Amino acid sequence: MSTEQDVLRSEFDLEFTYTRTYGPVMSQFFTALKNQQVMGIKTSEGKVVCPPVEYDPKTAEDLTDLVELPSEGTITSWSWVNEPMAKHPLQKPFAWALIKIDGADTAMLHAVDAPKDQVKTGAKVKIRWNDERVGWINDIACFELA
Amino acid sequence: MSEEKDIVEGFNSPVNLKYTFAAGAATSKFLREIKKGKIVGQRSNVTGFVSVPPRGACPISGTPMTEEVALPETATVVSFTIVHIPIPNAPVDPPFVVANVVMDESDQTFIHLVAECDPSKLQIGEKIKAVWKDESEWDLTLENIKYFVPTGEGAVDLQELKAKRLKETEKYRNA
Repeated sequence: MSTEQDVLRSEFDLEFTYTRTYGPVMSQFFTALKNQQVMGIKTSEGKVVCPPVEYDPKTAEDLTDLVELPSEGTITSWSWVNEPMAKHPLQKPFAWALIKIDGADTAMLHAVDAPKDQVKTGAKVKIRWNDERVGWINDIACFELA
Repeated sequence: MSEEKDIVEGFNSPVNLKYTFAAGAATSKFLREIKKGKIVGQRSNVTGFVSVPPRGACPISGTPMTEEVALPETATVVSFTIVHIPIPNAPVDPPFVVANVVMDESDQTFIHLVAECDPSKLQIGEKIKAVWKDESEWDLTLENIKYFVPTGEGAVDLQELKAKRLKETEKYRNA
């Protein structure tokens, strides 16, 4: 019988070099984000969705009415990460949170850098911008307490 | 807002999966042999099925394969496709042939390159032989075989080849 030492092992790195296209609405959202501006989109019922969606949640019609929103919001739900993984936005314990941007009716997912005992549903947070912005979600480095 | 020319239309989103690949006992043995320039498969003493590269178990009976069998360097093209786009690090330029091949005296196919031939003239059943890289480049990989080339014998009938193998392995099933 073979022993453990007889078995060959090798590092194997599988990579798919995808480029993802934003489409007409998300292009505008991420272009604005690059310029430190958050955008939402108005639905047929007059609600503001942030991040914006391309189609009306009720009627499925095209949505085009983008609105500017502030860089502050409120935590509506959160989950604490004790041990961040290599690809997480923060390399120290942090919270993944759903954050409803002020003036929006829906929440977005992002990281919150704050002490654990201060991360609460209802806590006010604001965007910490990344110094180098390219037009993607990591242009927001994370949120912090407002 | 920025000018239209500055619109961000997409982003790079590479998917990266880091594995540690464990070859397993049978494949480890095979790779150590191929590093020495030898093609060594395994035979099932229940069905006579010969597999290369070996996988440790007979695909027909599921029983462990313990008998090693040295194989010749000749093979048969079972199916193939002609590739017209360059593949990074490939030892051949397009158009080249990627073929499903079965080594002589074995029953399991594997994928390899067929070169030094006119792809448009290659046939299913074509007899081919291994061309090795220079011995100084041999490593723990089936890529020690640079590619296969036609032997010049032409093509055999695959049904006949299959019947021949069934006959050759009959004694194991009757034992």
